[in-house]
Amino acid sequence: MFDPTVVELSRLQFALTAMYHFLFVPLTLGLSFLIAIMESVYVMTGREVWRKMTLFWGTLFGINFAMGVATGIVMEFQFGMNWAYYSHYVGDIFGAPLAIEGLMAFFLEATFIGLFFFGWNRLSRVQHLVVTWLVALGANFSALWILVANGWMQNPVGAVFNPDTMRMEITDFVAVLFNPVAQAKFVHTVSAGYVTGAMFVMSISAWYLLRGRHAELARRSMAVAASFGLAASLSVVVLGDESGYAATEHQKMKLAAIEAMWHTEPAPADFTAFGLPDQRSQHNRFEVKIPWLMGLIATRSLNGEIPGILELVERAEHRIRGGQLAYAALQRVKADPGDAQARAVFERHWADLGHGLLLKRYREDIGNATEEEIAQAALDTVPRVAPLFWTFRVMAGLGFYFIAFFAFAFWLASTRGFEGRRWFLKLALWSLPLPWIAIECGWFVAEYGRQPWAVEGVLPTFYAASHLALRDILITLTGFVALYTVLAVIDVRLMLATVRKGPKDIPMLRFGGSGDGGGGQPAHERPTAPVMPVESGGDAG
Amino acid sequence: MAEFIPLDYATLRVIWWLLLGLLLVGFAVMDGFDLGVGALLPFVARTDPERRLVVNTVGPVWEGNQVWLVVGGGTAFAAFPALYAVSFSGFYLAMFLILFALILRPVGFKFRGKVADPRWRATWDWALFVGGAVPALVFGVAVGNVQLGVPFHFEPATLRPVYTGGFFALLNPYALVCGLVSLSLLVAHGAAALLVKTDGPVAVRAARYGGAAALVCAVLFVAAGAWISTALPGYRIDSAIDGGGLSNPLLKSVTAAPGLWLENYRAVPALWLAPVGAVAGMVLGAYFLYLGRGGPALVCTSMAVPATVLTFGFAVFPFLLPSSSLPDAGLTLWDASSSRLTLWVMLLVTALLLPIVMLYTAWVYRVLRGKVSADSLEENPNAY
Repeated sequence: MFDPTVVELSRLQFALTAMYHFLFVPLTLGLSFLIAIMESVYVMTGREVWRKMTLFWGTLFGINFAMGVATGIVMEFQFGMNWAYYSHYVGDIFGAPLAIEGLMAFFLEATFIGLFFFGWNRLSRVQHLVVTWLVALGANFSALWILVANGWMQNPVGAVFNPDTMRMEITDFVAVLFNPVAQAKFVHTVSAGYVTGAMFVMSISAWYLLRGRHAELARRSMAVAASFGLAASLSVVVLGDESGYAATEHQKMKLAAIEAMWHTEPAPADFTAFGLPDQRSQHNRFEVKIPWLMGLIATRSLNGEIPGILELVERAEHRIRGGQLAYAALQRVKADPGDAQARAVFERHWADLGHGLLLKRYREDIGNATEEEIAQAALDTVPRVAPLFWTFRVMAGLGFYFIAFFAFAFWLASTRGFEGRRWFLKLALWSLPLPWIAIECGWFVAEYGRQPWAVEGVLPTFYAASHLALRDILITLTGFVALYTVLAVIDVRLMLATVRKGPKDIPMLRFGGSGDGGGGQPAHERPTAPVMPVESGGDAG
Repeated sequence: MAEFIPLDYATLRVIWWLLLGLLLVGFAVMDGFDLGVGALLPFVARTDPERRLVVNTVGPVWEGNQVWLVVGGGTAFAAFPALYAVSFSGFYLAMFLILFALILRPVGFKFRGKVADPRWRATWDWALFVGGAVPALVFGVAVGNVQLGVPFHFEPATLRPVYTGGFFALLNPYALVCGLVSLSLLVAHGAAALLVKTDGPVAVRAARYGGAAALVCAVLFVAAGAWISTALPGYRIDSAIDGGGLSNPLLKSVTAAPGLWLENYRAVPALWLAPVGAVAGMVLGAYFLYLGRGGPALVCTSMAVPATVLTFGFAVFPFLLPSSSLPDAGLTLWDASSSRLTLWVMLLVTALLLPIVMLYTAWVYRVLRGKVSADSLEENPNAY
């Protein structure tokens, strides 16, 4: 009944479209705030170079934003298209944050983005600044609601299964909103976006300084990005740690898999810095361990124990048996909705129903599952360890690199400046892809580590897929890959062309609205003599 | 928590049916003219400066307008999850077609102006045309199929939706007529918007194409109405309706027979105002377009759009998506909604946020008021 190929291809399609979408989102999150900061400085000081910075980075922001919008709508549609049973099963809870995201965040962002680009001549400076901040706020609110939705998939709080409607239903909206996993993920994710935005500005500015072009703009951009990036990289690591702490409590299996911790160790557990996890023999080769570190990070104590993978498998087996009881009781309730005794049994065991559904991979009548099938289903709760182990280490390692990088950049910015330090400028230039690598690894850890669950402990992924024909999904998968590849090439080339062209072609603007009193251009807006020659001199070189 | 909710389940469901309709209308009116302008682009604008002008009439607003669709999708998910699950997975390839077209739009707007090469611009003009015309057509085709009912059922034990139709069955004659109604309506609507925002040859052509589209739309709309209400099946719930009942679509019995979509109109004759208003809006819209008066034309098409949506909504009420293969499994607002608590919380959120959205949207349109001219595009480095 479950075509495993359809499920796997649906997963592949979702992973590809989501990870592609998330190439653009973090830059939107970070760059929107950076631009708002630059424009704020312009409005406060009236210095022309800051307006030029706002417009220049705004142009790149616009190209990136278009790609984000284009690929974002795919995400919303795909839940229904490829994961129809998921949509039915948890739509009562999961749909709400998506709808609120649109109402509260995306409307704000998308309505004002038009004014950001087209409002320069129609708004006063202060009005335009407010518009820019609203775009940035909208983008970040958006992330909040998406992560509330995603956090619920990781830690499904505030909901129960209703046997009469055969789905999960909400009982506590506040619990869903203040889900500790969602809150930790939100701050971690937006901080990662800020790091991306900061690195983007650093790298392109560094390229200008290396070429001796647009020095005035590049220097200032780097100063802003260095301070923003330092705060963001500190926050991303500290709050990533918070995320790990939340995982200790709510997603023990994911944590154990990330650490390749096959057996429960005496507290405080060691941290495996290096190792080659072998899923089949359930041990790690060439382990290098740092004593105590894992226990300290994950439990923040010396005596907190972290369960190992194999112990968690045993627990899962126990829950699968509970799930069989819940499923049997559910069948009786379906046959006779008035059967109070069956309902009582279901009430006792419903929390294990999801574990029982893991057996659906092996047989329809899960009550009759053999011991081998139960043991196999329990082993299914272990995600593939090696990829998680390594992607996590890449992400975390890059996180510490960002702190060092931005700390040094901040020190340079506040003491001796960047020019002349070609090695650092080159480092900044070549660091450009690193935030994206870290972010994609982060999403991989979060979502691949959630397997085999669509909703942790509630709904297995294979059980959540739509009833689709293989041909249909092959058509859409091919279509997305083809279209996205073409767009990626165009997007990167346009970005590069815009960067090469630089900010020199940006003409003067006149401001409309009442904020400027309708007069001509204020004196302080005129470019001062020292600014322009540096710019144009640089362009000539 | 249910005891704190002041509205009963049935009332909440009706409110959400209306809100879903409101969001659909919001999408059709707001994003509708962008789609129409996209569909008109190759016809009303022939030279590059003309095309640039047309693109920039909707350039600053289309992103916000498209959010009505995003919110509509999100709301269907949140308020009627079964509807979202069945329709999005059932109309799988049609949904993909819409997505494909909608992906082309943002990049088309943003990328077109960045390179001066004529082939580059022609490519994106084509993308914007597809991005406008295809969704406008496919949404109508979808609405046509909803009226006919589509083949799906649920596995009784799990309520897992199973869709048994294919993509090409969606392209049946009636649904295609509905697709043309929606395409021609949005073309007329887009033409009226162009007439408001531009002068010169573009406006003249927009008036000509838009006027013709509005008349075609009126004829097809009447023909489709006559066809569906006499020769094609409608649906009716036969079992007793419990507005506060379980959200489980397997507990009712449904009859399918020709003419049943007229039952609501027979019961409440005032509902005829919707189809009459739609036709009046289309014909008057054509008239004002012919006269070259953009403002009144836009008012007329902006009335015709919701009137058309209402005509459909009144006919199929209380159905959301009838099943043609197993009528009893059809989705209605009484048995396909979210829980009472979700509907209530979402109502509070929507009642708070939607008016704010409308206020700032109105402000943005006010700031952007006035015709778009070639000069204003030269002045703005961010123009598309």
